[in-house]
Amino acid sequence: MYTFLRMLADSWGMLSMLLIFLGIIVWAFRPGTKKLYKDISDIPFRNDEFKGDDNG
Amino acid sequence: MWNGIKVIVFALLVLGAAMAANFGRDLAFQVHAIIVAAVAGYMLIKTIAAIGDKPKPKPTGYMDDVIRWGVIATVFWGLAGFSVGAWIAFELAFPDLNFGVSYITFGRLRPVHTSAVIFAFGGNALISTSFYVVQRTTAARLFGGNLAKFVFWGYQLFIVLAASGYLMGATQSKEYAEPEWYVDIWLTIVWVAYLVVFLGTIYRRKEPHIYVANWFYLAFIVTIALLHLVNNMAIPVSFLGSKSVGLFSGVQDAMTQWWYGHNAVGFFLTAGFLGMMYYFVPKQANRPIYSYKLSIIHFWALIFLYIWAGPHHLHYTALPDWAQTLGMVMSIILWMPSWGGMINGLMTLSGAWDKLRTDPVLRIMVVSIGFYGMSTFEGPMMAIKTVNALSHYTDWTIGHVHSGALGWNGMITFGALYFLVPKLWGRERLYSLKLVNWHFWLATIGIVLYAASMWVSGIMEGLMWREVDAQGFLVNSFADTVSAKFPMYVVRGIGGLLYLTGACIMAWNLWKTAIGAGQTAPAAAVPAE
Repeated sequence: MYTFLRMLADSWGMLSMLLIFLGIIVWAFRPGTKKLYKDISDIPFRNDEFKGDDNG
Repeated sequence: MWNGIKVIVFALLVLGAAMAANFGRDLAFQVHAIIVAAVAGYMLIKTIAAIGDKPKPKPTGYMDDVIRWGVIATVFWGLAGFSVGAWIAFELAFPDLNFGVSYITFGRLRPVHTSAVIFAFGGNALISTSFYVVQRTTAARLFGGNLAKFVFWGYQLFIVLAASGYLMGATQSKEYAEPEWYVDIWLTIVWVAYLVVFLGTIYRRKEPHIYVANWFYLAFIVTIALLHLVNNMAIPVSFLGSKSVGLFSGVQDAMTQWWYGHNAVGFFLTAGFLGMMYYFVPKQANRPIYSYKLSIIHFWALIFLYIWAGPHHLHYTALPDWAQTLGMVMSIILWMPSWGGMINGLMTLSGAWDKLRTDPVLRIMVVSIGFYGMSTFEGPMMAIKTVNALSHYTDWTIGHVHSGALGWNGMITFGALYFLVPKLWGRERLYSLKLVNWHFWLATIGIVLYAASMWVSGIMEGLMWREVDAQGFLVNSFADTVSAKFPMYVVRGIGGLLYLTGACIMAWNLWKTAIGAGQTAPAAAVPAE
């Protein structure tokens, strides 16, 4: 069991984590996000007053 | 119906806890049973008194009551934790200060200090700011109704049980994970409730996107749950006693402990407080974060890297060499995302640096980011094996931890508190900016005295330990290093006193703000709960 897990961690486990990480970085840099990121980074400035209606 | 069940449950709890107090095997367990019986008894009376009341109207708006309590608890536990810290700093310089009383010896007060500042002060700051931030960035009320109150008060009970247990000698002897088994189980229940409140609020968000601060808070909550469960696996010796035996032993135990310990730094003291930075710095500067793209990379790089850095606490031990090297390399790589985050926080002020001249609250936040950058540079450096050979087990480590804890965690919390109190109590502004300025300088000079004296003390101590004469014999005995460190210990204690004084000034300033002193305009109404 230990040998198997160790082997998995050294090979496919490590490779998949690296690829997922690199994928996220590439995804963050995808073109056409400028407007989206601007919109998200403005979130803290538009909800100081409660505007919602439903409260479960 | 529901009230009837509650009455039965609380009554059974009172009975069970009273029996546990009677049959308990040790003092800590008995005292804790009495505390639990008292809390359950209070809840029982409260429930009975509420029977027959008309149901309250459905509350609306943001749920801020629990956050106000959280702010008060943060300040209270901060003052308690800093006071104990200053006291034990002087105990190290003047050992007679324990007066021969076992309850206040360094060994017992030290975990009281660390837990009070990290888990009580820092934890309450994180819980209350996360409740504030998640509501203001999702435009939704906290999920779960009274569950948020349960999280807050349940967490206070955890703190009281943990700290009082240390004084009576109940400890697992795992650094930063000292509470015994039943306190750990209680914290698990509270923490799951915390996760439910946080996730539920995010789930019913009105904003389509989840702001980055919430990602950091969520990573903090999830990872702490994971760390807590794994590192506290233990079997109680008796269900009526506080003592337990850990499931791990030897080097596996050590590695699990420092996997826990370092990620407590990484996810409690770093990720959680970065969540604070990503909300309160933009709010105080009134500018959006410098680069949202960088914040995404910062987040994922931190998550992927931090988890591997723990072995650097076990250099030159029985831990396999490859694991030590892995820990070292990952710690050095970690420098990059840390500084990415620092740059993101600092550059938020680009084009508005003049605000630092007029706004002492923003100055506190910027200094805290500066200390974040400094200690995340110092940390990777100390994780290098050759540097660690000198620094490990010396006061340098303590200095490093405190430049991070006092500088980064403490200062960003102070900044957030100065931001929150006027908002939460419906005041136009703080009572006194001059007092904020005093707090800023007292705290900063206190940290500088602390860090500088511990650098000198630590490097001196490390060099003295390794000094050998021409025949290869050690030159210094351990006691030689202790007496050589005396002046630095006194300076460190004075630094701590300055920091504590600053925090007392803050408490006064926040109190005056909350009660509405010195406001120019009539106070706006406190938002309805």
